[in-house]
Amino acid sequence: MTLSSRRGLRAIAALSVAVCLTAACSNDNSSSGDGSTAAGGGTYNIWDPYPQFDDSSDWVKLLAKCGTDAGVTVKRTGYDTTDLTNKALLAAQQGNSPDVLIVDNPVVSTLAEGGVLTTTDDTKVDTSAVEPNLLAAGQQDGKTYGIPIGANTLALYYNKKVLDAAKVDPATVKDWTSLTAALEKVKAAGKKGITFSAIGTEEGSFQFLPWFWGSGAQLTQLDSPQAVSALALWTDWLKKGYAPNSVLNNTQTTSWQEFATGDYAFSENGTWQLANAKKAGFEYGIIPIPSQAGGTAPAPTGGEFVTAPVQTDTKRYATTAKLVACLSSADNALTTDTTLSYVAATSAVQDKQVAANPDLKVWVEAVKAAKGRTSDNLGTKYPKISEPLWGAFQAALSGGKSPADALKAAQTTAASATK
Amino acid sequence: MTVASDLITRAAAAPAAPARAPRRRSPQWAAWLFLAPVVIYLIAFYAYPLYRNLDLSLRHYTVRSFVQGGAPFSGLDNYRTVVDNATFWPALLHTVLFTGISLIFQFAIGMALAVFFAQNFKLSATLRALFLVPWLLPLIVSASTWSWMLNSDSGVVNFALKSVGIDPVNWLTSPSWALTSVIIANVWIGIPFNLVVLYSGLQAIPSEVYEAAALDGATGWQRFWRVTFPLLRPVSAITLLLGLVYTLKVFDIIWIMTKGGPTDSSTTFATWSYKLSFGNLLPQFGPGAAVGNLLIIMALIFGLLYIRLQRRQSL
Repeated sequence: MTLSSRRGLRAIAALSVAVCLTAACSNDNSSSGDGSTAAGGGTYNIWDPYPQFDDSSDWVKLLAKCGTDAGVTVKRTGYDTTDLTNKALLAAQQGNSPDVLIVDNPVVSTLAEGGVLTTTDDTKVDTSAVEPNLLAAGQQDGKTYGIPIGANTLALYYNKKVLDAAKVDPATVKDWTSLTAALEKVKAAGKKGITFSAIGTEEGSFQFLPWFWGSGAQLTQLDSPQAVSALALWTDWLKKGYAPNSVLNNTQTTSWQEFATGDYAFSENGTWQLANAKKAGFEYGIIPIPSQAGGTAPAPTGGEFVTAPVQTDTKRYATTAKLVACLSSADNALTTDTTLSYVAATSAVQDKQVAANPDLKVWVEAVKAAKGRTSDNLGTKYPKISEPLWGAFQAALSGGKSPADALKAAQTTAASATK
Repeated sequence: MTVASDLITRAAAAPAAPARAPRRRSPQWAAWLFLAPVVIYLIAFYAYPLYRNLDLSLRHYTVRSFVQGGAPFSGLDNYRTVVDNATFWPALLHTVLFTGISLIFQFAIGMALAVFFAQNFKLSATLRALFLVPWLLPLIVSASTWSWMLNSDSGVVNFALKSVGIDPVNWLTSPSWALTSVIIANVWIGIPFNLVVLYSGLQAIPSEVYEAAALDGATGWQRFWRVTFPLLRPVSAITLLLGLVYTLKVFDIIWIMTKGGPTDSSTTFATWSYKLSFGNLLPQFGPGAAVGNLLIIMALIFGLLYIRLQRRQSL
C-alpha cells in the first residue's frame, strides 16, 4: 500500500468517526406495511403508545375484534410514547402512515400542522358525544383531528396517616393559603410536605400548569402577576422546605416513589397512579388541586386521541372510520379506559365509571374542570410556550433567578418564538 | 440425457468460462469490484447520512415541509439561529469544559493506575478486573445509579457528607454543581478505557530500557518521565483522540442525570442537538442538525490534527 492511499484511508477513518457523533443524521426507515390493498378486506395498521400491552391484553383483543367487525385484519404496533411522534412524522414523510394512529393529545396539533392527519369531517367520525373541553385539544381553526379515547389529569394524593399526625383535615384544603398552612403543620410535625415533578421537560410543564392556570394566568402572557404568584408558590415551598429540592429532577414516576415512601403528606400525580396507590401500603385519599382563590384549578388534560392519518388511497377511510368508531364506542371505551385507568371522554361513560367505582368521582370532576394544553387555538404555539415555561420554573426553583425575572425572560423567548 | 452425461458436459464446459473472462477484463475492473463493497458501505452508511444532515441544516424545515417536502433552501440561517440562541455560548463552554476536564482526569488517573498495575503484584489482575466494571455496565444503569447517589434528599453522597458534618450539596439540581456532577460521573466511566489502552501500551515497552535506566541510576520518577512517558506517546495520542471523540458526543449520561438542566447549566452540544430535534413536542430539525454538524466539525478538526501529528512523527 502506498503512503498516499494509507493517508487517504486515515482521513476516511477520521471522518467516519466524526459521523457517528450525530444521532440526528440517521434517516430512520420505519417499517410498516405500505397498506396499498384496496378497501374491504386487507390489512389495516394501528399504532398506539401502549407498548406495555401484549397480544393477550384486553386492549389488543379489542383492536382485533374491531378489525374483524369491520371485515379486515388489524396489524397493531405499540411504540413508546416519546418515540411515536417522530415515528409518525417519518412514516408520513415516506408515505407509509398507519391507518389509525393513537397519539398523545398535545401532539395532535403538531401532526395536524404537518398535514399528517385527516379531519373528522373527511372520515365522518361522530364526535358529538365527547366533552367539549377534552375535544378542544384536538381542534384547530374549527377543524377536529381526532377523538379522545379517554382522559387523565392531575390531582393531589394525600397520605392519611401523615395528615392525621399533623392534625390536618384534608377537607379544609380549599385554596393555596390553606394548602400552604397544611404543609407548614406537616413540616412542624416532622414529616415532609409535598412532592411533584418540576423536571425540565414537557412533563414538568404538565405538572406546573394546574398552579399556573389556577392563579388565573394565561399561556399567552407568561409574566403576568398571576403567573408570578404561581411560580412564587412553588419557589416558597422549596425555600421553606415544604417540598424537596429533588423535584427539579423528578419525573412523575420518581415523585410518586418519594410519596410511596410514606413520609410525604401530598403528591401531585395522575389517574394512572391509582393502581399503585392501592399497593402503597398506607391509607390514601385524593383531593382536587385547589386554585389560588379556592375551587378546583383547571389541570391539563392527558390521554390520547384516536386519529386517522392521511392515506393516498382515500377508499380506505370508510373502513378506518369503522375502526375509530368501534374504538370510541361507549362499551369499548369503558373497557379501554378501565384497562388504562383513564376517565372516559363522554359523560355517559363517565357516569358508568363512577357507578362502578365511586373512587373515580374526584377524577371525573377534575377531568371536567381540565383544559387541553393546545386548546384556545394555541395548537403548535403551545410547544414554543411550554419550553420557555419549564426553563422559567427550573431557573426559579434552582435559585438562579427570581420568579418574576425568570418568567419575564420566558415571555420574551415565547413571544419571539410564536410571532 | 442421463445424469452422468450431464455431469460430463458441465465439467467440460466449466473450465472454458473462466478461461475467457480474465482476458477481457482489465485489472482495473477487478480492483473496483473488490473495492465495491466497502465503497457502497461507506456511501450508504456514512456519506449519505452526512449529506442528509448537511441538507437538513441548510433548509428551513417546518413540520409541514418535513412531511410534505419542499423545504426552502435557507443558506446558513439555521446556523445563525443557533449561534444567536442564548444557549449557544453556555453550551459551547460546557462542551469544552466537559470534554477537557473529563479527558485530563480520565487520562491522568488511567495512566497512574496503568503504571501501578504494570508492577504485577499479587491480586493485581483481580483489582484490574474490578476497575473495568464501569466499562461493562450499560450506560443507562451507571447513569441512573449516579443520579440516585447524587439525589439531593435521599442520595447516599449527601448522607455521607451529612454524617461527617458537611452541608448537603444539591448535586444535580443546583446550577453551580450540575456540570461538575456529570463530569465526575463521566470521569468514572472513562477511566477503564484509558487504563486498558495505556496498560497494553506499557506491556510493549521492552524491559531492557528500564534496566538500562536503572543502571544509569534513574529514580522512579525519572524513569516515568524519561522512559515511560516518551515511549507511550503514540499510544497516549490515540487514547486522547478516541477519548475526545467519545467525550464530545456524550449524551446519555447527561440526559439521564440532569436533562441538561437546571436551565441549561449542564447542556452540551450533544444534548442541545437532541433537545432541538427530539426533546420538544414540536421538533426543530434544521437547528438540531446544525448543532450536530458543529460537533462533527469539532471532532474532524482534532482528527485531522492527529493525522498531521502522526505523519510528522513517522517522517
